[in-house]
Amino acid sequence: MKLMEPETEAQVADAIRDAAGPLVLRGGGTRGLGAVAGDVLSLAALRGVELYEPGALTLVVRAGTPLAEVGALLAGEGQRLAFEPPDLRGLLGRSGDSTIGGVVAANASGPRRVQAGACRDFVLGLRFVDGHGRVLRNGGRVMKNVTGYDLGKLMAGSQGTLGVLTEVALKVLPVPETEATLVLPGRTLADAVAAMAAALGSPFEVSGAAWEGGAALLRVEGFAGSVGYRAEQLQALLAAHGESVVLDPEASAARWAGLRDVAGFAGRAGDVWRIACRPSDAPALVARSGDRATVQLDWGGGLIWALVPEGTDLRARLGVYDGHATLLRGTGGPVFQPEAAPVAALAAGLRARFDPRGIFNRGLMG
Amino acid sequence: MDMPRPDAAILSRKAAIVARLQAALPAGAVIHDAAETRAYECDALTAYRCAPLCVVLPGSTEEVAAALRICHAEGVPVVPRGAGTSLAGGALPTADCVVLGIARMNGVIETNYADRYIRVQAGRTNLSVTGAVEAQGFFYAPDPSSQLACAIAGNVAMNSGGAHCLKYGVTTNNLLGVTMVLMDGTVVTLGGAHMDAGGLDLLGVVCGSEGQLGVVTEATLRILPKPEGARPVLIGFDSNEVAGACVSDIIKAGVLPVAIEFMDRPCIRATEAFAHAGYPDCEALLIVEVEGAPAEIDDQLARITAIARRHNPVELREARDGDEAARIWLGRKSAFGAMGQINDYVCLDGTIPVSQLPNVLRRIGEISRQYGLDVGNVFHAGDGNMHPLILYNANTPGELEKCEAMGADILRLCVEVGGCLTGEHGVGIEKRDLMVSQFAPDDLEIQMAVKDVFDPGWLLNPAKVFPLAASEARRAA
Repeated sequence: MKLMEPETEAQVADAIRDAAGPLVLRGGGTRGLGAVAGDVLSLAALRGVELYEPGALTLVVRAGTPLAEVGALLAGEGQRLAFEPPDLRGLLGRSGDSTIGGVVAANASGPRRVQAGACRDFVLGLRFVDGHGRVLRNGGRVMKNVTGYDLGKLMAGSQGTLGVLTEVALKVLPVPETEATLVLPGRTLADAVAAMAAALGSPFEVSGAAWEGGAALLRVEGFAGSVGYRAEQLQALLAAHGESVVLDPEASAARWAGLRDVAGFAGRAGDVWRIACRPSDAPALVARSGDRATVQLDWGGGLIWALVPEGTDLRARLGVYDGHATLLRGTGGPVFQPEAAPVAALAAGLRARFDPRGIFNRGLMG
Repeated sequence: MDMPRPDAAILSRKAAIVARLQAALPAGAVIHDAAETRAYECDALTAYRCAPLCVVLPGSTEEVAAALRICHAEGVPVVPRGAGTSLAGGALPTADCVVLGIARMNGVIETNYADRYIRVQAGRTNLSVTGAVEAQGFFYAPDPSSQLACAIAGNVAMNSGGAHCLKYGVTTNNLLGVTMVLMDGTVVTLGGAHMDAGGLDLLGVVCGSEGQLGVVTEATLRILPKPEGARPVLIGFDSNEVAGACVSDIIKAGVLPVAIEFMDRPCIRATEAFAHAGYPDCEALLIVEVEGAPAEIDDQLARITAIARRHNPVELREARDGDEAARIWLGRKSAFGAMGQINDYVCLDGTIPVSQLPNVLRRIGEISRQYGLDVGNVFHAGDGNMHPLILYNANTPGELEKCEAMGADILRLCVEVGGCLTGEHGVGIEKRDLMVSQFAPDDLEIQMAVKDVFDPGWLLNPAKVFPLAASEARRAA
């Protein structure tokens, strides 16, 4: 097994053209799923900021730039990646530095996805190298762009199976002045889902809605006056669901970092599944997961994290529902949800066009 | 704007093709009389017209599939049509095509407030989606100015935006799923009522594909709780540069307005003469709107006006009530109508980095003088989506061509400063041949490869988006 670490886009293209067999694409190696074989093409050396215009909320960076470096740069201007990419090192037992290219390739989105959108919603444009070794560009660096097909969406979450990202342009947002979190302790899952639906259906701009350890958690962010007002309104709105307490900004930030990273499952034995569903289906789906499942909810119930005994075929237990399940850690089935035949045919067709030799993370997504 | 020569063999088989479609669809769903097909000869880009071979108006996904199977078997191109409000010629027919109109499919299939979505047939108009949920305190966020008429199918095809996308995003950010029929009649479901794809994000590439990948028949849309209130402030400046700097400062300050609209002097004057909104006669005018509870609005407006004051505005007018808010919006909302009253116009749609606003406005002025045609600028400044309106006289021979050439120069300028050809209207036929100024041949090739997968025969809206020369081999195959 060979390790290649190109430092320029041209070197990435050369490496792909010269590849004799399958390639394992790697950013920081912190969140890649499944087991793929081949020579390793690391993007870690392809780093650096191309452009950062805080007044235009625009950041353009090379794919191998560490996420931490991006975060620090943005924080210096009071800005951030609003989609809140999780740090899954603890959960997946990895080390290393997550890269921005890896974040985009995984469409890695945290609790704020429910309000602000997913990583894919913040991709303004990108550059990538396809299986022919062609350097390609799509989208741009501006906020609104419908010029040609939106391949940024297709590449985001494609797990490195369509091409090698070399540069991404992202929309960034200001860090709000403050935040607060309402905690409703001792809630059953069904009651928590109802409370979260009421909160997310209110005009109080909830930016996080999770359930963990029997407590429903609701986050509001913004200017101090707004945060105080909205937290108060939410308390009144949810009075029927019981007493709530409000976490101060520091406790709130720490709590959501843990929820984002699924810290509660780190270091515990078992398989970890991530299930996207309709929020109101969450109670039934959790029931089907069995007594031995430990769960936490995000996105108001639209995202279920489940820790189940090793080898559990959770997909078989869940049956048919509006959504999909991804196996993040473990052996209980294929990593990605099998798709309906016509959809799978389209996906296979795209892979054959973008990567005709089938060399990028071969077999990972089908 | 050239269109491909119609296929004579298809034209000669018109009777047989119409008969097959009639046999498969209910009575009245096929329009083939030349007098009636004329109603479908153009969309809102009215400078270009061509009546189709015939029009089909299916009432269900199954009927759409039946019509597409026949067209696929007959090798007939299909142009999907929502409400025909495209400003880019997205629904312009060719003489040898079947127009597939989705307007009869306008029902609500399901509303779910607990999970915050609505599922509609794709022919439903944008505004009536909000109409279906507003009694429960919800709305559908993307709000193109044609929202009274335009269909969700067209919104999905063009990834439509609107004035409020600074905060809420465009169609693709509010679309959860679709039912779509491929050109060969295969029905596929992408997404659903959940968020994000379990595999490749095909929904993300279908949205904005201008009806070239499939015919969307149903859509699941995210609905949002209505804010408690909204209020605008009007700020006038004596220079475009200063107005541009003010926009940038507002964005940087962490206030996230729902809209920042910009009008320049030609537009302000035309609008005042038409709508009498009481706008100041100044070089540049911003309308900034914020949302929330009354106290939250006060707080945000205070921050915005403090920033604006640092730029020495010639006018600063906060709406104190609904009437004043309506008066501030009145001029902006009637701007296109006002410009249309004094002249014919072409509306451009390029997007630029916000930092380039003053530079681009100055250079548009230079291009305007060079061509001898006036330009008014009214646009979404918060996201850099410009709408220069080039005024011309359609009755003067050659003036449309001159206007188009000038528009092309302005769009190339947008690309040159780091922007793009179209922010929300789509490429259609209008910007098709300019694509080479934004994309290298390989960049277009990989996009066309996507169409190859969804529509290998290139029968679905084939003469749009890509320069005819670039797509010729595929269309001819």
